[in-house]
Amino acid sequence: MSAVDAAALTAWVREFARLAHEQRDALTRLDAAIGDADHGANLDRGLTAVVAALEAQPADDPAAVLKTVATTLIKTVGGASGPLYGTFFLRAAGALDGDDGRALATAVRAGYDGVVARGKAERGDKTMLDALGPACDALDEAVAAGESLDDALRAAAAAAAAGRDATEPLVARKGRASYLGERSAGHVDPGAASATLLVEAAATALAGRG
Amino acid sequence: MPVGLVVVSHSRALADAAVELARGMLPGRDLAVGVAAGDVDGGLGTDATAIADAVTAADSGDGVVVLMDLGSAVLSAETALELLDDDLRERVVLSPAPLVEGLVGAAVTAASGAGRARVAAEALRGLAPKQAHLSG
Repeated sequence: MSAVDAAALTAWVREFARLAHEQRDALTRLDAAIGDADHGANLDRGLTAVVAALEAQPADDPAAVLKTVATTLIKTVGGASGPLYGTFFLRAAGALDGDDGRALATAVRAGYDGVVARGKAERGDKTMLDALGPACDALDEAVAAGESLDDALRAAAAAAAAGRDATEPLVARKGRASYLGERSAGHVDPGAASATLLVEAAATALAGRG
Repeated sequence: MPVGLVVVSHSRALADAAVELARGMLPGRDLAVGVAAGDVDGGLGTDATAIADAVTAADSGDGVVVLMDLGSAVLSAETALELLDDDLRERVVLSPAPLVEGLVGAAVTAASGAGRARVAAEALRGLAPKQAHLSG
């Protein structure tokens, strides 16, 4: 079994969709505190459409799976997380070359770089990058150290969760929350929370693949 | 053919009204303005694939100037560029102008047959009359 084949990527995204649906109200509550209260609903709608699209057109090619995820999210999410997550999957699709942990780490890093470029944000701005960045670093380090894919993704998920939790005291510098200034402190960022679900979904769905 | 114009907004009603206002500056002339507005369910939101389609339809070879409202409209317009063919992408300008004032300036300039750089520049100057008036 190839570690990171089309079926594995499909399972990853399906698990992300399941988690986003389960956490829909929690994500929306976070967004209600510092944003416009639509993050959970938007992401759930987008990922529900993604699951339907992958069922309607199952792809054998791993990059094609990621491309379908990207274009469906871009089309259906509606809010800023549409182009941001869409760009993540679009760039990851373009960078995916191979089916091992190293290829996955390279693709995820390219996706992260795409989100940085699209959002013109940095770590510490209280955004999804605060979870996604540490996750990429942990994944790269674990893969470089020769750890198994299981261990590498577990480390990435833990790093994402720590990064998410660390957004709570931060003052937002991007997106709607930045209009609140100092009042955005004291709340976990909803984008960092959903990005953590993305990484946790990978750790769960790809478990046992290497 | 004039430079193409596309309006990107969270709201279909807002985009259509902005286009109507701009067309009012051009009585008796038929200037095509593409609109990509609202989410897939007709609610507030933006969709980069719809923007890419509107830009493609608006291009007649001389390029397209895109006016947008705020937030995800900007991110979606940038994402739409990634979805376009390479040669078309080079003919598209994303304008940082305010939507209403920028569209009026762009529409009048595009209708005169100016190139896209000039259309984009006039869109950006769209705020100047209001600023000058209120600072006086």
